[in-house]
Amino acid sequence: MADKATIIVHSGDMDKVYSAFIIANGALAMGMEVSLFFTFWGLQRIKKGGLEKGPLSKMNMLGLGKWMVKRKMKKAHVASLERMIQDFKELGGKILACDMTMDIMGIKKEDLREDLISDYCGVGTYLNEARDSKITLFI
Amino acid sequence: MSEIKVDCSGEICPVPLVETRKALRKANEGDIVEVTGTHPSSKKEIPMAVKALGLKLLDVEETGGVWKIRIQK
Repeated sequence: MADKATIIVHSGDMDKVYSAFIIANGALAMGMEVSLFFTFWGLQRIKKGGLEKGPLSKMNMLGLGKWMVKRKMKKAHVASLERMIQDFKELGGKILACDMTMDIMGIKKEDLREDLISDYCGVGTYLNEARDSKITLFI
Repeated sequence: MSEIKVDCSGEICPVPLVETRKALRKANEGDIVEVTGTHPSSKKEIPMAVKALGLKLLDVEETGGVWKIRIQK
């Protein structure tokens, strides 16, 4: 069985979601299995049209900071989050959505990008995967 | 046996690594994947991935900041 990485994506901040996908796609590229658990603010990012909507975790300045960072990222040829999520799925990554967050925030399955989501689950599923993982991160 | 070329010139982390993996997944046993790029860390990291995947690293060369890595599946 391949080594596994499980990452909890709790933050919905753009820069942190980038970190999650860069690590996840790197791990897949190096032959690992990867599961991403989207919970709380992170879950907002897998709502339809929500992926690129996250603010910057620091110096967002009502979006001005984000706009500046995004411009610099474009110049440096950083891939978009949409491309990263498509690569993630192509390389066999699994996306899990926290059903408790869905209840609290009144998010329905049809509000989410159902085509990308493997399962809707709770903490038990995360632990079941995390206990067999070489790497587990909370972002 | 065929040879697959992947050009990642100008791309940065993690694209060269991911594109290499995508090409290797599509390749058949025995095929050669040749990746070209300019991102310095990827020149070190693609061979790490090749090792982790248990594949054969044929060649790594660099001229004027452009590297070329050849991998056999």
